[in-house]
Amino acid sequence: MSSIDAGESMAPSTPSFYAGGEGLMAWLTTRDHKRIGILYALTITVFFAMGGIAAAMIRLNLVEPAGLLDAETYNKAFTFHGVIMVWFFLIPSIPATLGNFLLPLMIGARDMAFPRLNLASWYLFVIGGLFTVSALLLGGVDTGWTFYTPFSTMFSNTHVILVVVGVFITGFATIFTGINFIVTTHTLRMPGMHWFRLPLFVWAMYTVSLVMVLATPVLAMTLSLIGLERIFGVGVFDPALGGDPLLFQHLFWFYSHPAVYIMILPAMGLVSEVIACFVRRRIFGYKFMTYSMVANAVIGFMVWGHHMFVSGMSVYASMVFSLLSFTVAVPSAIKVFNWTATLHKGDITFEAPMLYALGFVGLFMLGGLTGLMLAAPALDVPLTDTYFVIAHFHYVMVGGTVMAYLAGIHFWWPKITGRMYSEPLAKFSAILMFVGFNLTFFPQYILGYEGMPRRYHSYPPQFQVLNIFSSAGASILAVSYMLPVLYLLWSLRHGAAAGNNPWGARGLEWQTSSPPPEENFLHVPIVREAYAYDEPAP
Amino acid sequence: MMLAASAWLPEASSMAPEIDTLWWLMIGLCGLVSVGVFAVMFVFAVRYRRGSNADRSNRHTRSLGIELTWTLVPFAMFIGMFVWSLVLFARLHTPPAGSQTIYVVAKQWMWKIQHPGGQREINTLHVPLGQPVRLTMTSQDVIHSFYVPAFRIKQDVLPGRYTRVWFTATKLGRFNLFCAEYCGLDHSKMGGTVVVMRPADYARWLDRHAGPDSLATRGATVFRQRGCSGCHGANASVHAPDLDGIYGRRVHLADGSTVIADDRYIHDSIMLPDTQVVAGYSPIMPSFQGQISESDMLALIAYLKSTSAKASGSPATGGESTHEQH
Repeated sequence: MSSIDAGESMAPSTPSFYAGGEGLMAWLTTRDHKRIGILYALTITVFFAMGGIAAAMIRLNLVEPAGLLDAETYNKAFTFHGVIMVWFFLIPSIPATLGNFLLPLMIGARDMAFPRLNLASWYLFVIGGLFTVSALLLGGVDTGWTFYTPFSTMFSNTHVILVVVGVFITGFATIFTGINFIVTTHTLRMPGMHWFRLPLFVWAMYTVSLVMVLATPVLAMTLSLIGLERIFGVGVFDPALGGDPLLFQHLFWFYSHPAVYIMILPAMGLVSEVIACFVRRRIFGYKFMTYSMVANAVIGFMVWGHHMFVSGMSVYASMVFSLLSFTVAVPSAIKVFNWTATLHKGDITFEAPMLYALGFVGLFMLGGLTGLMLAAPALDVPLTDTYFVIAHFHYVMVGGTVMAYLAGIHFWWPKITGRMYSEPLAKFSAILMFVGFNLTFFPQYILGYEGMPRRYHSYPPQFQVLNIFSSAGASILAVSYMLPVLYLLWSLRHGAAAGNNPWGARGLEWQTSSPPPEENFLHVPIVREAYAYDEPAP
Repeated sequence: MMLAASAWLPEASSMAPEIDTLWWLMIGLCGLVSVGVFAVMFVFAVRYRRGSNADRSNRHTRSLGIELTWTLVPFAMFIGMFVWSLVLFARLHTPPAGSQTIYVVAKQWMWKIQHPGGQREINTLHVPLGQPVRLTMTSQDVIHSFYVPAFRIKQDVLPGRYTRVWFTATKLGRFNLFCAEYCGLDHSKMGGTVVVMRPADYARWLDRHAGPDSLATRGATVFRQRGCSGCHGANASVHAPDLDGIYGRRVHLADGSTVIADDRYIHDSIMLPDTQVVAGYSPIMPSFQGQISESDMLALIAYLKSTSAKASGSPATGGESTHEQH
């Protein structure tokens, strides 16, 4: 690992944030953003494992056309998978873990603006998770993560309310995090850290927070209305009670499409940091990157209707939503081109975080381009509610967000823990993940075009071959997710000491010790343009 | 089971080849962009790897021209795709004149089909080759979705309203029908078959399966048996609107608004009569919610439609599309 030699002198004498208070209570009452980030990381890892087990059940069932599980178990498995992965893994994934840990460090602050609110957010997240998981233990839920009415309100005989309450509570955890990030970014930037010097990761945290704060209340209202109809029989969505089932879909997607940007914007910011570091140059088109993130966040609020082209919504509404959906693809395209252009005339090395980041760019691009077909109403008609859609959003959210999350975990692991992991193993699992992911989800694009509907417990035999490919890929993918857990844990005890700046990166967080002290910086860091790779490291 | 047999989905409707043309065009364009970006990434990654002796002078970190190029060129391409797609989408929502209407009621977990001649079938839909067919669909419980991959059509089927879809089958044979909107336990079993027959065979099939009554005649029976005629009939003593020829007419409501008496208006007036009281009448009609099945409702509508057709002399089907929602 040649890059370690380039690292700064070790600073073993600096007490890290792990030193002050090591008992369980010290962690559960902490107000240190770094510790809260780690609490979140541990929690979402547990949820990811749960959602992953549900995914394994899904892929196992689909090996046989008749289904290996019974229909009820299968329906509950995909519902649990969706609910857990969306609200308890993807939405908090990058912001609540790496965002919490890094945002104050990157802007030269000692902590978040509201440290107690930050801890409260984690508690709400855990309480919401307990409600949701208890629904599983009591027998599960079979509505799908989308809770479409009137099925969820009047027809399902499962624990819908428990899950809805769990997601409702967790929504407030998201809102608290968003408020904290916005206020922190506005008020706690150190002198000289003006807006266009911010790392793109901070821009991503800021724009995603705006989306969180504006969209999540709509989810809370929608879930409350489900409760109102299901418990008290107030006719909101069920036509038998005078309600309108399409109203639910409008409200739900008004939250859930911006939620896609809650999942992908942080990944875009994160990957920009990693690519700039391993190419050793300024990110190409920095300002366009910031504008395009803001554009994604804003236009992302106006495209929800593309989930409803066959729902019975008016044709004219479909036309407007289609135009806006094509438009929102432009800022995403700009980012892909800028990442590619950043490679030009760089001094590129391919450490594990870089492999994950490059994997992200490729998979995100394939996910984004297939999104164009779903934005075209005439193609959406045959493709929607088939495996094409499943493949599309897994490319964006798993190929995109999860790859980026792992890029970030590997990139900042030395900073967070002070240790280096096994680089060859990390590279191997990055490549394995790319291969396993494509083998799992590329066949699903074809299945979707061929007409296999989503959420099918059993299917006509002509779809079997592609389903077996997909399930085989899923087992490779599972191995590639377990490997990092093992070698990262191993590194905690046996890894080489990382030093302050093992990658030679330029962000402020690399100017302090690894792991950082509780107050983040013992010396005032030197603020320059983000990505000042042309100048020597401070 | 051979992969070859399933390799490509047949194009069995008049719209299918046109939708596939757009599909392959977009696959081609997107494939080109992907390959291009991957190739550039690969070349840069190799040429500018650490230790290579490639020229790294005059490095640019921004260029307004380049940024605007890759903002505006994709946008222009997107607009092209958008317009192309819209033209097709509009046609998917415009049934040709003279389409024959067939009625579909979805319920957990089956498709109930009613032909105008009174023929009924479950999970199978017989249609003639080369003739436009229009489905008027509703659900008795939750949301379902009528999906025939070989026809490239899909339309959600909702409780409490009528949605429509049309197609002209262009290939003989049997094609999969799927429910595409998750609807509970046996969602994946809610499938069926669309059977496309030669028009002559189809006519014979209709003859062989003709019920005792046509749909409209059955509606007339429902109209009598449910007591509708007691108030709405010609000699009724109760002050209720005369429904002869009501279908497609303009109706003035008590709240001052005007509606066209279409399928949905008739459905809602029977299920939720208080919501649309006709001007000059008292809200005395009871709701028939839970008492009239959606199949009988469709028969009632067919009956009312037939009285309009007699009044105006136009054919009983088609021609009412302008004021309905799809």
